[in-house]
Formats: sequence, structure tokens, C-alpha cells
Amino acid sequence: MSAPVMALRRCCQRSALLMVARRPWSSSSVSSPPLHTRFLLFLTQRFYDVEMLLSWRSQQRRNGIQRRNAYFGYTRGLYGADIASAYYILSLRGGFRYVGQSDWFRTDRRGKFNWDFLTHKDTPLEEVDMSYTVINYSGLGNLKGQKSLRTLSVRGCPEVDDWFLARLHVFQDSLEELDISHCPHITTGGLSALKNLKGLRRLDVSSLPRISSPGLVVILLEEMLPHCQIIATGYDHSLRQEGGEEIEEQGQRR
Amino acid sequence: MSTCRRLHVTVRTARGLFVSRRQTRLCGHLPSSQSLSTGTLLRNDFFKDLESQFSAMRKKASDALPGSSWSPLQINSNLPPERADIVIVGGGVVGWSIAYWLKQKERVRGGVKVLVVEKDLTYSQASTVLSAGGIRQQFSLPENIHLSLASADFMRNINEHLGVLNEDPVDLQFNHSGYLFLASEEVAHIMEENYSTQRNAGAKVSLLSPTQLKEKFPWMNTDGVVLASHGLENEGWFDPWTLLNAFRRKALSMGAIQCCGEVTDLKYRTSRILSADGDEMDLRRIGSVKVQMPNSLEYQPVECAIVVNAAGASSARLPEMLGIPLPVEPRKRYVYVVHCPDGPGLDTPFLVDYSGVYFRREGLGGNYIAGMSPEEGEEPDTSNLEVDHQFFEDKVWPRLASRVPAFEKLKVTSAWAGFYDYNTLDQNGIIGMHPLINNMYFATGFSGHGLQHSPAVGRAVAELILDGDFTTLNLSGLGFRRVLAQEPMLERNIV
Repeated sequence: MSAPVMALRRCCQRSALLMVARRPWSSSSVSSPPLHTRFLLFLTQRFYDVEMLLSWRSQQRRNGIQRRNAYFGYTRGLYGADIASAYYILSLRGGFRYVGQSDWFRTDRRGKFNWDFLTHKDTPLEEVDMSYTVINYSGLGNLKGQKSLRTLSVRGCPEVDDWFLARLHVFQDSLEELDISHCPHITTGGLSALKNLKGLRRLDVSSLPRISSPGLVVILLEEMLPHCQIIATGYDHSLRQEGGEEIEEQGQRR
Repeated sequence: MSTCRRLHVTVRTARGLFVSRRQTRLCGHLPSSQSLSTGTLLRNDFFKDLESQFSAMRKKASDALPGSSWSPLQINSNLPPERADIVIVGGGVVGWSIAYWLKQKERVRGGVKVLVVEKDLTYSQASTVLSAGGIRQQFSLPENIHLSLASADFMRNINEHLGVLNEDPVDLQFNHSGYLFLASEEVAHIMEENYSTQRNAGAKVSLLSPTQLKEKFPWMNTDGVVLASHGLENEGWFDPWTLLNAFRRKALSMGAIQCCGEVTDLKYRTSRILSADGDEMDLRRIGSVKVQMPNSLEYQPVECAIVVNAAGASSARLPEMLGIPLPVEPRKRYVYVVHCPDGPGLDTPFLVDYSGVYFRREGLGGNYIAGMSPEEGEEPDTSNLEVDHQFFEDKVWPRLASRVPAFEKLKVTSAWAGFYDYNTLDQNGIIGMHPLINNMYFATGFSGHGLQHSPAVGRAVAELILDGDFTTLNLSGLGFRRVLAQEPMLERNIV
């Protein structure tokens, strides 16, 4: 009686391990996915139908993200590039500030926003806060025309990856502050593309889980961007050599 | 067979035991009851064993009765199937990419039976894994630029294409550092023309003057440089082995069949046709390929409808069996790993100098890989993959050190050599069908950029086979026609 149950449990545990391996960007690798997910993954190994359903579901999720990041060509044609960018930011629950204004336009928790932003036609954006949104590489196409964008924050965005960083060269003359902290997909390979941002003054690279040797990477970043202040907190240097800790302290001090 | 042998062994050991028993009885030192009891025990054991062996034999005999799948001959499970729809010769990155796209484009599960034949599954001599792994858009032919752009797009969404459920996501370890081409005075005009071609095709490239170059890369010596072009996006380098394995894993999970072996012979029919000018020509159609198993005389003829030649450096061998020349030959290229702690840092691009030398960063520990193509008359012997270290001392190092002064103090830590599938006509890929072989498609001769173009080439070949024509990218310019007409489509390179 208990043997098949044990086998099932073992299978579930094994698939849970696979699940964790599938998501190395998961913040906590210790907690296993909920029981129903594990059960579905167990079934996937036996039945094509379940596999089909699961891949169909992940495809739907990807399509959803792609749809939200689609090019706002219609709005652009009707209202101009700046309003299209602003509308894209608000629809993704981000926030922005126009050039020469002090108040921010933001989306509230229920997704509602103030439509007054439509009155500022042909005013470029100066600061954009996209933290904790699903902006991705193709969504950046909506912000491409913003030649006076000075601050961009993509803190904690799950879809921001190295290709996104490589595409930031569209703001190469204007961007001064960039926050890419807590992005789960960014690796060292993408950070080297920040070389193209000539005017960068402030860069936040805190808590990037996929950077393997953060101490060294921060040194190399400082060498690469000599005029830029680099903030790197949230790295655990305790198991590494002492040099890394000094960097972190230095980073916090600056 | 093995059962019989085991039986023999049992009998022999049992006989040995009988002998020993007799000896103990003769000596008589031990109490006879004890020796007798052990003897009966052994004999019982032997008969029990015999019985189980007999039952196993009876089972095997019943298995061998007509109607069962057992056969007295040992079947090699690594043999390829007797029939396949499409046989891809060469399991490098291009071959597996074609297999993936064929399975991707099939309408129903198992609609196309794809067999990939690779002679060395360790990939010890494969060009794919021995390359430097770069991808660039800085070509002069629009076809090549579009191929690169499509491949970069594929790599950006690689987990949507090649992700397998319940497996790790693919991490290409892509380095977005870009390519940096340097031009001297003689070739600066070519670079400007190429730049406008690349911008028109949609590549993000910027031109730099020597002053801007010095400002952007202070570690560089800009003497002799008149113009530089730097790729801003979609350019860099990645891990070739990861890409190859991702293609293979996905294609296998979709039902492509892998086989370790070598295609040594082709069976084909020849028919005479009349050309428009009234000349008689031989049209060949391949009926089956003979797949020879590695390190054995065993072979399996595989009947197939279509053969895809993606054998890279050794792809000329296949059409040779049909009596058709292919202008692709292996050329050896060296890659040197150097260590230089004071060398350029994180911002090191994939630098290609007008003198022919190139280098890129490898990891973060001050390691770089460098190399250059030898001159036409000094091509090294291609029978082995041995590295000529003198070549580095004489040719590569002086040029490296004059471009980056920090490289005067470097140490070669390792080196390897790999093959280019060098197209002697125009150093560009050959994609498409041979007009005189009815069912052989080519995807070869990429002369060093096969890896970076592989995702788009795979898609193009799959479109040719399954849709009958190119549907996304028109690559008819890279077809076989230019080889027959001897009209080379040369890249206007600065090196």
C-alpha cells in the first residue's frame, strides 16, 4: 500500500528539484513549488497531453507579456511618440515625469491612472520608473525616441535580460542614472554592453543573483565606467576572499 | 548465447568441487560426515542452478518461436533505422539546427522522420565547438547581414525556441561586447560602404573616428587607424557547445533520430535529360545512403527521400561519390589562449584589426583568445589538428602588441586548432539544392561564420525542403547556381 505512495512522493520530489533547476532566477531555491505544480510535472513525464497543456500555458504567458510590450504604433500615429511612450509606461503600471515638470504620473495599485498626461503633447520624458513591471526587450522600442531621458529604473523586472541592456544604447547620449538592481536575468555578459552609455553617472547593480563573482565584476565595472558611481549592495561576500568585502563597503560609502 | 556460456562455467566449477571432495575423502583427516554433507549441499545447489538455467533456456526457446521479436543474431541497437524521410549528414550545429527546424515545421507529431548522422559524438574535431563563437552583423553582403540578424533574434528568444519542459533553460553565456573593426587608410572607403549597407539592413553599427576610438577604448593604440566601426547591439560572442547541445536536446525531444556513424556510400539512379540548349546531362537521384558504424565493419543502408549535406569541412566527400565537385575544403585555423593581467577589461570588444589579427576576452580573469588567418600561400597542412606556435610568435603577437601595448607582456597558456569549411570560390555559404542532384540539399561552405548563422540557415533549409521555397529570408543568392556559373559573391572585407 505504502510503496506506490512512496514512489509517487519520490517522483514529486525529483520533479520539484527539476523545477528549481528550471528557475535558477527564483529568489528562494529552498522552497519547493506547490503540490499541484509538482503533481502536474510528475504527470508531464508520463503523458503527452499534460506536456502539451503545460507548454501551451507557458506559451500563453509569453504571448501575454509580448502583447503588453507590443509597439504602440496606433497611439503613436494619433498622439505622437511622447504620448505613446507615456501611455505604454502607464499601461505597464510604471511611472514617469515630463521634462520641466516636478510631478510624476503613476498608475495606482488597481491599474487606474490620470488621463491628464494627454494634455502634454510633444513633451519628452525625463525620468521613467519601470520597477517591478514586465518590460522586456521589445517594450524598449516604445521608449526608443526619448532623446532626453535621464533616469531609468528597471528595478526588479523579471523580463529584463542582457539583450535589454544591450539595447539601452538608444539612450547613449542622454541617460545619466540607471537602476538595474534585483533583475533576475542579468549576467556579466550584459553589463559589458553598458559601455555604450557615455553619459552614465550613477548605476545601481545591487542584488543581481546571476552574477557569479560580484566583487570582481564591480571592480571591472568601475574601471570600465570611470565617471560613474556604482552602487552594489546585497551581495554576500562572506565565503569569498576579503577583497570583495572592501568593494562592497566602498560601494556603500560612495 | 551468454546463457550457454554461463552453463559451461557452472559445470566446470562443479566438476572442480567434485574433485576436491574426492581428495578430502582419500586423505580422511576430516570427519567424513562433514565432507559428505557439504558435498550433497553443493550437488543440490548445482541441480537447482541447472534447473533455473534450463527454465531460462526454455524461455529463450519460446521467445525464438516464429512471431516473437527475438533473433539469434546480435542486433546493434545503435544502428540507424532502415528508412528515414530526411537524412542529415553532419551533426554539427548546422545539422542539428536543420533537424530542429524540420521537426518544428512538421504539421503532425512524427510527420517527418529525420535522421542525423554524426561520425564523432565527442565532437573532438568539430568546427562548431572549436570556433571562437562570435556573432556579428558587420558583413558587406545583405544576405549575410540578414542571416546574422535573424540568428541574433533567435538567440534572444532561445528559450522560447529551444527550451524543453522540465529541463534547465538554455544559457548561452552571451557577451554583448560587440565587434570592433579597425580600418586603415586604404580600406576606409570599403568600411563606409559596408556601414551604409549594414544600416540599411537594420544592423545597429556606429562609425568611430580615431579620437572617439581612443576616448572609448583608452587601452588601444590607434596609430594607422583611420576609421573604426563598432557594433552596438546583437553582436558579441557565446558558448558554441551550449548552442549545439540546445539544438540537439530540443530536436531529440521532438523526435529526431541521432546516429553515430559515417556515410561512406550512396546508391543513386542516373537519368539522362536534355537541357534547353540540347545538351545531354546526367540527373542523379539518391536512393539510399550507407551508414558505416564507427570502429566496425557493420553498416546499414538507409533508404531516404532527401539527403542534406551539412558535413562542414568534410562535406566535399559526399558529392564526390556522385562525381560532382564541391568547392569546399578544410582549412586549419589556430586559436591561441593568452593570459595578460594588465590587458583590457570588461569593455573589450571582439576586435578585428585591418592587419588580420583578432582577439576577444575570455572570462574575467585576464584571459584572451586571439588568432589570425594565414596568407593564401601559407596554408597549414590539414591532415591533423596540431598547433603551430611559431605562427603566434612570428605573425600574431607583433600585430597584437602594436595594437594593444599591454599585450607586449603576455603568456600563451593554451592553444587549439579547428577547421574552416572553406569555400574556395567566394568564402560564403552554399544553401540550396544542386541542380543535377535531385534530392541533395547543401548547407555548407560557410568559411568561419557557420556557427553564427546556423539558426537562420536551419530555418532556410527547412523551408526549402518542406515549403519548396524560401519564405522568410530570400537566400537564393547563396544557392548552388553561382558555383556552377563560377560567379563568386565575394564579401568586401577590410581584412
